[in-house]
Amino acid sequence: MNRLMLAAAALALSAGMGMAQTVRIATEGAYPPYNLVNDAGEVDGFEVELGNELCKRAELDCTWVKNDWDSIISNLNSSNYDAIMAGMSITEERKQSVAFTQNYIPPTASAYAAPDAGVDVTTAVVAAQISTIQAQYVAESGARLLEFATPDEAVGAVRDGQAEAVFADRDFLVPIVNESNGAMVWVEGQDNIPLGEGIGMALRQSDTELKAKFDAAITSMKDDGTLNQLISKWFGEEGVLY
Amino acid sequence: MIASCADPKTLEGLTWLMCYLTSGKHVLFYLSFGTVLVLLAVTAPVALLFGFGGAMASRSRLAPLRWFGRIYTSMVRGVPDIIFFLFVPIALDQAFEWLRARLYCDPSVPIRQGNEFVVCTAAKLPLSSSPEWVHQTYGFALAVIAFAIVFGAFAANVLYGAMTAVPRAQLETAEAYGMSPRQVNRRILIPQMWTYALPGLANLWMILIKATPLLFVLGVEDIVYWARELGASKTSAYSYPHGDWRIYYFLAILAFYLLMTWGSERIFDRIRRRLSSGQATAAGEAMRKAAT
Repeated sequence: MNRLMLAAAALALSAGMGMAQTVRIATEGAYPPYNLVNDAGEVDGFEVELGNELCKRAELDCTWVKNDWDSIISNLNSSNYDAIMAGMSITEERKQSVAFTQNYIPPTASAYAAPDAGVDVTTAVVAAQISTIQAQYVAESGARLLEFATPDEAVGAVRDGQAEAVFADRDFLVPIVNESNGAMVWVEGQDNIPLGEGIGMALRQSDTELKAKFDAAITSMKDDGTLNQLISKWFGEEGVLY
Repeated sequence: MIASCADPKTLEGLTWLMCYLTSGKHVLFYLSFGTVLVLLAVTAPVALLFGFGGAMASRSRLAPLRWFGRIYTSMVRGVPDIIFFLFVPIALDQAFEWLRARLYCDPSVPIRQGNEFVVCTAAKLPLSSSPEWVHQTYGFALAVIAFAIVFGAFAANVLYGAMTAVPRAQLETAEAYGMSPRQVNRRILIPQMWTYALPGLANLWMILIKATPLLFVLGVEDIVYWARELGASKTSAYSYPHGDWRIYYFLAILAFYLLMTWGSERIFDRIRRRLSSGQATAAGEAMRKAAT
């Protein structure tokens, strides 16, 4: 073990003097189509493709890191990586601890999905992913909230009958509802709830220089329409364009 | 992997399953079993070393060393494992980076800025520019240290107990032959204590095997991570869409752990037999009687 650590330390010391700035971007890898681990075992998804393009435009050398959603903000602040692109909605509360770039997905809708379209979401047991704006919304709605570490586990809870409905980003639920053969449907009147200020990249508050670079890159992609193309590619017709 | 797997959507039945089970993601899953085995192979001897040090320190005639040994064993054993596992890697990582920041960074820039822990690029460990495997090895090494500290404390307690269990008459005889305390330790005490330590150490090994999923808590991509990831239901965004298959993956892990503990138990039985022969213990006595 000591030898391993020495080797790692030696390599860390010898490598990387005076190269292009390396930026490590964290993602969850469990939130398709935003970010996912594809069948080759690599991170993939809308945000990964977008992130790589942004880095190219900002002339940064980027690598991807997988991190659990639950600890994703605290590990950013303890400098395990430099940025987060994980379908993270921009909210006032999160702005207290991290800085956000401008949004790269416009404010989108969240939705309730359930086996039964008539379920009353203000009294039912509702599943959501922990520390998300959806979880907060459910808690405030008066429903009983069940929180899960990953979005898939939240959906799984509804399938197992543990919860009566799941509340998540609409974009995430669309393929799940469409491919469930009717086992999951949108809850009536609750399938289009606007939440948050759109999705942005989170950075440390002290990293103002990096924020400026990414903001400029996002602006350039908005201006030449490539961002819209990417959204259409990954979210299909349901995607909200700029 | 295999050429016929190029277009999974056209496949059916057994071929689909074959292609599915050999996808790149599954290969990573299979390799992660190696991660667990490497962790065991590295942690066990290191923890034993920590334990040996702790036990020797607890028996030392130097008071500060003895206090250190006693405090180490009782303190670490008194803290829930998971808290230790959450604390040690973060604390070590920040301690290393803090020390490196003293060496390589401009001292006028504070390291703690609000709720941020920021060191300059040159002091990062590992450097942001180093390849991913370095980051993973580093994370893994921190995990090994955490495991070794925790299990070392338990091992120290077991070894300490085993050392006091060696019959006093054996040591006295050695002293009567004129051996120095060091010689008594090396020639009489340590060779004889193993038979007393083995049941406790075997127990610890079992617990260590069962504790390896804590790697997942530390963010190392171990078998639990991949089982959860692969078992999660997959929509058509993936090449191999399927429903919620977590139960099958967790079943596979369950079988793996049962196999590991079952195998270990058989090996320990053999070691126990070997160590007991010729010993002044009940097991040794039984063996002597059986032989005559």
